[in-house]
Amino acid sequence: MTPEEREFQQKIDAGIKVEPKDWMPEAYRKTLIRQISQHAHSEIVGQLPEGNWITRAPTLKRKAILLAKVQDEAGHGLYLYGAAETLGIRRDQMIEDLLAGKAKYSSVFNYPTLTWADMGAIGWLVDGAAIINQIPLCRCSYGPYARGMIRICKEENFHQRQGFDIMFTLTRGTPEQKAMAQDALNRWWWPAVMMHGPSDAESKHSAQSLQWKIKLFSNDELRQKFIDQIAPQAEYLGLTIPDPELKWNPERGHYDFGAIDWDEFHNVIRGNGPCNRDRLRTRKEAHEAGAWVREGAAAYARKRAIREAA
Amino acid sequence: MNQALFTYLVRLGDNCLILSQRLAEWCGHGPALEEDIALTNVALDLLGHARLWLSYAAEVEGSGRDEDQLAYLRDAGEFQNVLLVEQPNGDFGVTMARQFYFDLWYSLLLRELRTSRDERIAAIAEKAAKEVDYHLQRSTDWVIRLGDGTPESHERMQRALDDLWMYTGELFQMDAPDTELRDRGTGPNLEHLREPWLQHVTKTLSEATLSVPGETWMQRGGKQGVHTENLGYILAEMQFLQRAYPGAQW
Repeated sequence: MTPEEREFQQKIDAGIKVEPKDWMPEAYRKTLIRQISQHAHSEIVGQLPEGNWITRAPTLKRKAILLAKVQDEAGHGLYLYGAAETLGIRRDQMIEDLLAGKAKYSSVFNYPTLTWADMGAIGWLVDGAAIINQIPLCRCSYGPYARGMIRICKEENFHQRQGFDIMFTLTRGTPEQKAMAQDALNRWWWPAVMMHGPSDAESKHSAQSLQWKIKLFSNDELRQKFIDQIAPQAEYLGLTIPDPELKWNPERGHYDFGAIDWDEFHNVIRGNGPCNRDRLRTRKEAHEAGAWVREGAAAYARKRAIREAA
Repeated sequence: MNQALFTYLVRLGDNCLILSQRLAEWCGHGPALEEDIALTNVALDLLGHARLWLSYAAEVEGSGRDEDQLAYLRDAGEFQNVLLVEQPNGDFGVTMARQFYFDLWYSLLLRELRTSRDERIAAIAEKAAKEVDYHLQRSTDWVIRLGDGTPESHERMQRALDDLWMYTGELFQMDAPDTELRDRGTGPNLEHLREPWLQHVTKTLSEATLSVPGETWMQRGGKQGVHTENLGYILAEMQFLQRAYPGAQW
């Protein structure tokens, strides 16, 4: 370690936040840009599976809540792009990387939303898993990211509650509605469990990120926390988690669970999920269809600046 | 039941609901992240208004229906929104032209409804007017920016304004319920909104280097339940769950 790196690590160990103008190792900057921009992209791509049901929401109240929720996701994308920009990358560049398929986003959004119950399952499970990943990030070493996460986590809590509320209502409804809720749990359970990333032994970025405090718990710890939280809630709802090996282990004080199909996980990451192509194509089309609007607005701003200067 | 008042409220509610439904189609597809958020914001505000108008309509009707039954269980012929709001989103220019025409009319109408003799209408209008003033500012800005932007944005904006012009006549048309409410001091004479509307349009388009569309035959019928082909598809999508699972609670 160079003296600068040593000083940087000491600062992190002492719990002092790193701010945009502070010196930081290039690898720290790059890792954060990757992590924060991936998170931002996930919010933006994540608008699509839920946006899919806004126009079909079953009541006006549910429609209003879902619209507000998807709007929050776009807002999260905005703050996260802003936080990444403090590290010296432009939003345009990040979006270009996403559209070119160079940047990743959470694989869970590559699964389709087939019924209204998926709005419940996404809020309950996907936002639930995201919160567990994100709460520790409110204490991460990079100031702008940590502060952004505090605001995001508050809203995510509300998202998870609305998802649970949809599931609750469905499980108390007609037999068809209950079946719809169970089917959604069946399809979203494993993708949600995989959201915490590969097992610790396989995770490429974990050790260094833990040392830099841009990750505070290992993937497996977070996954266990998620499963421990959701299992009793599923029981309360009267739904069955699609894992025959899931059971409470009193010795460990945790739920045991079955093996994860990492083959599927890696395939979805590599672009072979059911919706990878659609999601990216939709983003690309929106971006391309909006080009004339952005150019028009920029041209107007230039003309106005000239007129004001004259 | 006061049929004229019910009709009047349903029309207000349907305008807001159908336009909100159209704007919600943009969610995740906007030309920039900020615009995505802003379009959703307007959709949310209008959905909020729709709920207030339709809930009041259901109370006036007094037969036990609620906002959801009005929104989800009426067929196209019973919807009484103006034709303008059901027109497809098209490109962003079409969406903004539709929004500009509507925001301007709705803000003028709300200004009048704030002094309605019906206190409930006055209270809803008071709340809604503040939001719609902001919507109008935004859609006016976009018409100007795109009109006075690049040759392409100018041309697209002009075409959008021209194409939708024929749906603006209906906004100022009075029929029996409108007349009855005007006579009771509940609502304004819609014909009187035309002049200030046209003034703002003319001023905005001139600033935007665009031309006011020429005289044309104006379409009508939405307020009486005779719609364009678009509404059937909007309802098929919006009402799907309520129709497929009758009586279920969501």
